[in-house]
Order: sequence, then C-alpha cells, then structure tokens
Amino acid sequence: MSESVVTTEKKPQAGKGEPLLQVENLKKYFPITGGVFQRRVGDVKAVDGVSFTINRGESFGLVGESGCGKSTIGRTLLRLNDKTDGKVTFNGQDLHSLSKSEMRDMRTKMQIVFQDPFSSLNPRIKVGEAIGEALVDHGLVSRRDVKQRVIETMKICGLAEYHYDRFPHEFSGGQRQRIGIARALIMNPEFIVADEPVSALDVSIQAQIINLMSDLQSEKQLTYLFISHDLSVVEHLCNRVGVMYLGTMMEMAPTDELFSNPLHPYTKALMSAIPVPDPTVKRERIVLQGDIPSPANPPSGCKFHTRCPMASDICKQQVPEYRDMGNEHFVACHFA
Amino acid sequence: MEQPGNPTEQLQEQLKIVKAESPWRIAIRRFAKNRLALIGLIILVIMFLLCFIGPLFSPYTLNQTNVGNKNQAPNAQYWLGTDKLGRDIMLRVMLAGRISLTVGLVATAISVVIGAVLGAVAGFYRKYADTIIMRIADIFLALPTLPILITLGAILSDLKIDPGKRIYFLMLIIGLLGWVGLARLVRSQILTLREQEFMQATEALGLRDGRKIFRHLMPNTIPIIIVSATLGVAGAILTESALSFLGLGVVPPTPSWGNMITAANSLIDFRKRPWTWIPPGMCILITVTAINLIGDGLRDALDPKMKSR
Amino acid sequence: MAKELVEFRNLETHFSTSAGTVKAVNDVSFSIREGETLCIVGESGCGKSVTAMSLMQLIESPPGKIVGGEILFEGKDLLKLNKKEMSRLRGKEIAMIFQEPMSSLNPVFTIGKQITEPLLYHLNMSQKEAKARAIELITMVGIPRPEKIFDSYPHELSGGMRQRIMIAIALCCDPKLLIADEPTTALDVTIQAQILDLMRDIKSKMNTAIMMITHDLGVVAEMADFVVVMYAGKVIEEAPVLELFKDPQHPYTQGLLKAKPVLSQRKERLYSIPGQVPNPVDLGDNCHFHDRCEFCMEICKTKKPPLRTHADAKHKTACWLYEEEGKAQ
Repeated sequence: MSESVVTTEKKPQAGKGEPLLQVENLKKYFPITGGVFQRRVGDVKAVDGVSFTINRGESFGLVGESGCGKSTIGRTLLRLNDKTDGKVTFNGQDLHSLSKSEMRDMRTKMQIVFQDPFSSLNPRIKVGEAIGEALVDHGLVSRRDVKQRVIETMKICGLAEYHYDRFPHEFSGGQRQRIGIARALIMNPEFIVADEPVSALDVSIQAQIINLMSDLQSEKQLTYLFISHDLSVVEHLCNRVGVMYLGTMMEMAPTDELFSNPLHPYTKALMSAIPVPDPTVKRERIVLQGDIPSPANPPSGCKFHTRCPMASDICKQQVPEYRDMGNEHFVACHFA
Repeated sequence: MEQPGNPTEQLQEQLKIVKAESPWRIAIRRFAKNRLALIGLIILVIMFLLCFIGPLFSPYTLNQTNVGNKNQAPNAQYWLGTDKLGRDIMLRVMLAGRISLTVGLVATAISVVIGAVLGAVAGFYRKYADTIIMRIADIFLALPTLPILITLGAILSDLKIDPGKRIYFLMLIIGLLGWVGLARLVRSQILTLREQEFMQATEALGLRDGRKIFRHLMPNTIPIIIVSATLGVAGAILTESALSFLGLGVVPPTPSWGNMITAANSLIDFRKRPWTWIPPGMCILITVTAINLIGDGLRDALDPKMKSR
Repeated sequence: MAKELVEFRNLETHFSTSAGTVKAVNDVSFSIREGETLCIVGESGCGKSVTAMSLMQLIESPPGKIVGGEILFEGKDLLKLNKKEMSRLRGKEIAMIFQEPMSSLNPVFTIGKQITEPLLYHLNMSQKEAKARAIELITMVGIPRPEKIFDSYPHELSGGMRQRIMIAIALCCDPKLLIADEPTTALDVTIQAQILDLMRDIKSKMNTAIMMITHDLGVVAEMADFVVVMYAGKVIEEAPVLELFKDPQHPYTQGLLKAKPVLSQRKERLYSIPGQVPNPVDLGDNCHFHDRCEFCMEICKTKKPPLRTHADAKHKTACWLYEEEGKAQ
C-alpha cells in the first residue's frame, strides 16, 4: 500500500492546552456479595488507583483487554457510576461533589458515545426525538427550533433529513453509531467519552466513523477520551495513550513516543499480538502465556507478573512505582 | 464485526434494517396473522355492539313487567323468553352486558393505573420506594380475595347504598384488589430495562426522572401492560359475576350477567326454564374466552423476546 | 499440488422472508485443498457464515434452503446424502468451532463428558479409551492439568480456555476439515494470539485443512494460504494470500485493505468505503458493489461481472474493470 504513510510525523500537537479533566487516584470497586444474606465478601477492583490528565482539545486513548477497567473509568468520570475513592476534576470542579442538579447542568458539557449501537438507542423512540430530547429537557432550545437543530446535527453526522421520523431498528450499525454521535454532539459538549465506538462495526464502516470523529474534533475543538481494545485505532486517533491492565495504568505516553518506544512488557506484548495485514511480515511475536487473572483476586506485586516474560521475584512482592521516564512518558515496571 | 448469533439471526437482524415499520405496526401485523385472536376480537366486538347498541332496537324497557307474559319460553315475540316477572330476557341480557363489561373495563383500568405507576416507581427508584411498595403488594397478595370481597359486599349491603351507585364501589374494590400482579411485572421489566445502555444514555444526557420514566421506560413496558390488562378484564368480569351471583355485587333490579344466573338457584327455573340462566351464562363464557384469545394473541404479537432490539 | 478436499460448485442458499427472497449465498464456487488454510473474509451479512453452515447442512429450514449447486467432499456430493450419513460425517470428517465458545458448550455437562461424547459416538471407543484420548487432546491444545479440566464445568473456564476446549472437541476424531467461524472475534488480542498459534500448530501437526471465516484482514494475513473475499453473497475475488495482499484487484478488496488502521503506519486520514452494505433482499443481476465503488461504470449497474482469472493463474476477480467489455467504456 503506497498511501501517504506518515510514520514519524506527529498529529497537530493539541496536547499543550490547559488541563480540562484531571483524574487523581481514582478507585472503583464493585462489591461481590455472597451467602444467604448477600453480605459483602469481597471487591472487584475494576479501577484501582488511576491518575491522568486530559488537556483541552486533545484525544486521550485508553487501551487494554477485557476486565482492565477502561470502560469503568469512562463511566465513573461521567458519574454514571459512583466512585469508591479519588477525585475527578472537570474544568476545575470536583465532579463527584456536585449536587444532583449541578451535575445535571454539567452533563451538557460532557457526553458519551457507547459501544453497542443496538442497545444504546431506545427501540421505541424515533431518531429525531432521541437526538433532540436532551436539548428540550435542558431547556437549551425552544421546542419550535429543536427540529431545525436536530436536522443540522444529523447532517453534520452524515445522516439525511428523512431519517428524522424513523425508528432505530431501521438503521444499520454504522448509521446507529452516527445517531449516537449526533445525540452526544447536539449539546455542544466540550468533552466526549467514546467507549469502544467502532468495535461493533465492520471494517469499512469503522473507517467512516473514525474519520467522522476526527473531523468533528477539529471542527468543534472537542476533547476525547477514546476507550478501545484496538491499539491501531487508538494510534490513529489519539495524541496520548494510556495502557491499562487489571485496573491499573501500566504505561502512559504521547502516541508516537509510546509506539516507537514502548517500555512496559505488557505494551510490547499487546503491540505484537495484533495481526498485521501483510503476509510477508513474519515477526517474532511475544505470545503471553495464560489468561487474564480475575480482577476480584488480582496477583500481588505487579499485577502483570503472572504473564510477564521478564518477571522476577521483586515483581511478585513489590508494586512497581509509576515513574516519569521523561518525554511525558510514564511507566509502572521495575525493569523499565 | 459480526453480530453474535447464527447466520439466520444475523440475516433477520439485517432485514430489520429494510423494513420501515414502527414496532407497533409490526405487532399489529403479527396479531392479524393469528386467526384465533382475530376470531376472539370479532366476537368481542359483536358482544360490545350487542350490549351497547342492541337495547336501542328493543321494543321493551328494562323494568317493564308484564305478569301476563311471565315465564314464557323463547318465541317470536320474546326471542329469549321472559322471566318470572314477565321481563324480556333478551333485553336484560344485553343491558346486563353493559354493566358487566363496564365493570370489567373500569376495574381493570383502575388496577392498571395503580399497578403501572407503583411498579414503575418501585423499579426506577429502588431502595426505600421499592421496599415499601413491594411489601404493600405482598400484603395485598396475602389477603384472601374472595372472603374480602364477600365481606365488603356485605358491608355495602348493610350501608344501604343505592343499587345504581353500588356498581361504582364494586369497580373500585375489584380494581384496588387487582393491581399487584401488574405492579410486579412492570417493576421487574423496569429493573431490567434500566440496566440497558440506552438508559445509561439518558443518565449521561441528564434527562429528568419524569422523562426517563414516562418517555423511555413506560413505552417499553406497554406490551406487558396491554397483555396483562386484557387478561385482567376477563378476570374482573368473572369476579363481578361471581359476586353478583352471590348477591353481593350488582344487585337487582340492576341486571348483570352474574345476578341473572342466580335464577339457576331456583330448582324450577333450573330444570324447567333454562332460557332464564343459559343466555347470561353463555355470554360470560363467550366474552371471557374471546378476551383470553385476544390476550394470548397480543402476548404472541408483543412478545418481548421477539421484540426488535 | 495437493488434492481438492472440498469443492463448492455454484452453491445457492436462499432465505425466504416476509420482505422477499434473500440470496445469502449466490452462485458461490471455490475449493479447499487438503492441508490448506482457506480464509473467507467479508463483512457481516456477506454470506460467509451461511456458506460454512451450508457445508455442514446446518441451515435452519425454513426460512433457509439450499436451492442449487453442489458441495463435493472428497468427490461425494454432500447435498445428496441423507440425514444419517451427514451426521456421521459431521464431527468425524468435518468439525466446526464457533465464535462464542460459551454458548457452544453445554453448561450442565463436564468438559470431559463433552469431549468424550463424539469419541463414543463416532469411534465406538470404550469409556476408558475415550477418557485417555480426551486427556491427550486437552494436553495437545495447551491446557495444563488436563485431569482437573476434564472434571470441570464450562463456566469455570475463561473464554480462551473454552475456545481451546472447543478446538479439542473438534479435533477428537481427527477431521479432514476444520471449519472455524470467527474463532477469535470474542477474545482479547493476547488470547487471540495464543489461539491462532495453536491453530497453526495443529494444522502443521495433523495436516487438517482449515476453512476459517473472519472479518479481520490481519488474521487472514497470518493464517491463510488462500483467500476468498465475499460481498453480498458472492465471491468477488479469490487468490493465494501473498498474491491477494500484493495485488488486490477488486476495488472492494482494495478498499478493505486501505480502510483498516495498521499499527505504526499512521495516515492523516483513513480511506473509507462510502455507503452501506446493500439491502440483501432482491438484489439485481449486477455488480452488488457498484453503488459504493469509485470506478463504477454503466455496465456495472446492469450486468454481473464473471469471476475470472486475469493475471496470475490462481487469482480470480469478478470485476468489469478487468474485462474487455469494461475496458471498452
């Protein structure tokens, strides 16, 4: 493929803006109940002390495998879940200390696009209403002007005016995802959490949605938290990337730095596990042994030590420090 | 990527994209394919026409007695014969139908409103609201319905309430005792629905609770409400008949199907004059069967398992 | 050149629906050779799963029906076999693994029971022999402590383990053909890498032909010897894997390759194929890709292109761009 491949050149460095969202030592535990009386017998430590900052105008990627807590972070920082501990600051305000009505106003500024375009739309509500209802409910636009606004937004998202009166089941996955994006976008938010927005879509449709999202970002100066299990999508779309494993941030760096110089063995393994669509490339790949441990009972020390090809005794006993390696590159590994 | 499921399901998933139909339209189409349910619907419509329009064509009036023509077998003048006071049975059956059907519908409407609202509130707010409402429901469920109704019926008789007004009390009582089942159904449905992603979306959009409940959750429970209400009408008609038969529901001279069957209590009427009690009995049987057929048809048409995602 | 194991000849599988007939598999022909890994790639609804289900004759009827064509397995037409002969063949000669390893294992039986079942049924082994063989198989698919796994239930295993068990069950009668329907789609990337390694390993050890269905071109590049690209029920291109990636001919194949973001090859903008997969009901006799194709010509809208060899002997493409009629325009 002789496309204009940009390997070294960076995307416009938007990461230099002021911080929009700060997550400090966020923890989210889900209780496990058991026994006859449904007593709490343990915790699933879905998110276990994660910190990061997202600057205005950048897109921050969170990558990891199932059970690493990336989706829980997205939901907790939008307060769709309660937190267990830690602090989320948005525009200088501590989100989890806001009252219900303050939070309701705040929701116009921060939105989410869900993974499953099928279950994230109410099957009994027409598309036009689904997109516009929040505007009306928040009293942002008068009832008369809503339709106009909805249709404008639908067009921006690549939908046609005649889609207004249709039901979600009449649309394909890709179109539904466009509806989901329009619904988030109509409030003119500053920040959007995109929770695996393309992983339920076909390849050719994935590319459409990814392009749409990056167009919208540059047009509207949006800030994204982009959650995905697919490193290649994240590399394409994000300025900075955090790699998570079992509720902990393992490595975080600007995209180009991370992909050219991965320091954590887990990041390296993830990168080498992705099949490359080129049969002539026969790489020596790092195949991780074993399964992902359960977040209810994570390994001691470094959570990755059970599968790590470099693991030694210190990894079993000591939690590695999350260190700054320079170049905004952070890593939690004894050997980095 | 693939949607999970076998190829047939995937294909059907794809086909849904093709059809430009609302979920309701699809349900109606499915219902129309169900022959038994259609027959039920036709019978019920005929029953309603008969009861509400039929009496207008009758040459007789409700309480017009004609002792000279008492206890006549069906004949050209009195199509279904007369009772022991010489009243036309045909007219009485039709007017009794008005009462019975109205009681059934209104009582069900009362229990649907109470059941749906309480169920929705319990399911949506959970915690205290849920506990309180569901414990009240448990109490209602633990009450022995028939003895209560009989007691209440006796109290009504004791209070010497005008027979014409008595049916309003009857509707209210039957309605108040019938909401528990629906409340539980709605509650469990809402508990499932609120975990769906589209409800998380409403939370993320910051919609008001009222809108979440009435615009997002309730429309998704309407199928089960409809089915349960339909079957509830049949149940209410039966309850009303049973009470009236026992002399505790609708009392003479106001006719209802239940109190007309009381004629069968008299040995002579039972053996010699079957036309006095068979017609109202048949009406109950036919109406309740028809409603149940419709209810089953609706359940199939609106089955949540087949519901488009 | 290895012998042909399976040959699809003009297979037609249709589904009748209230909206009309869906030609889910529409005149599909290709063959799988012994010991070869063939990948069918395409997007959802392109008919790749239905093709595999037709081979296994697991199409639900109604609404589905194989209305034409032949499926030759070692020269025998599978469509002419009766139910009993077919069920002997399934599991013994042809085995299948699915995308969702949880739903394809029965939750109430132990793993051991589910592995030994086909051994008892197809190979008439005794309980004892079957158990020994089962443990051998569990070891072979790379699961430690096979005796313990033998007595556990599906829910006690992780997704990757379950998929390994599915592979063990599929392999227990030493099948000539293994059909794998999106075997790694539901798994995490690091687990996917393990399973792909395992499948490659098995293929080289047992010389089983693999028919793999996937949407992921990366998986294709890693696994396939030969690739069939399907779109809207038709084969639009087929070629040996190196050839296909070096010289993709059909605009759809080219688009798919360009649309996928590739690690460490960042582009300013992803190429995207415009539009949607067409409505599968009552597709016309034309090129089904024409409304999304940037090279669309008049002839594409009216006439269907034949699947023909153009450059390399084994590389076939169904596209008017490479035909005389098309070049004339």
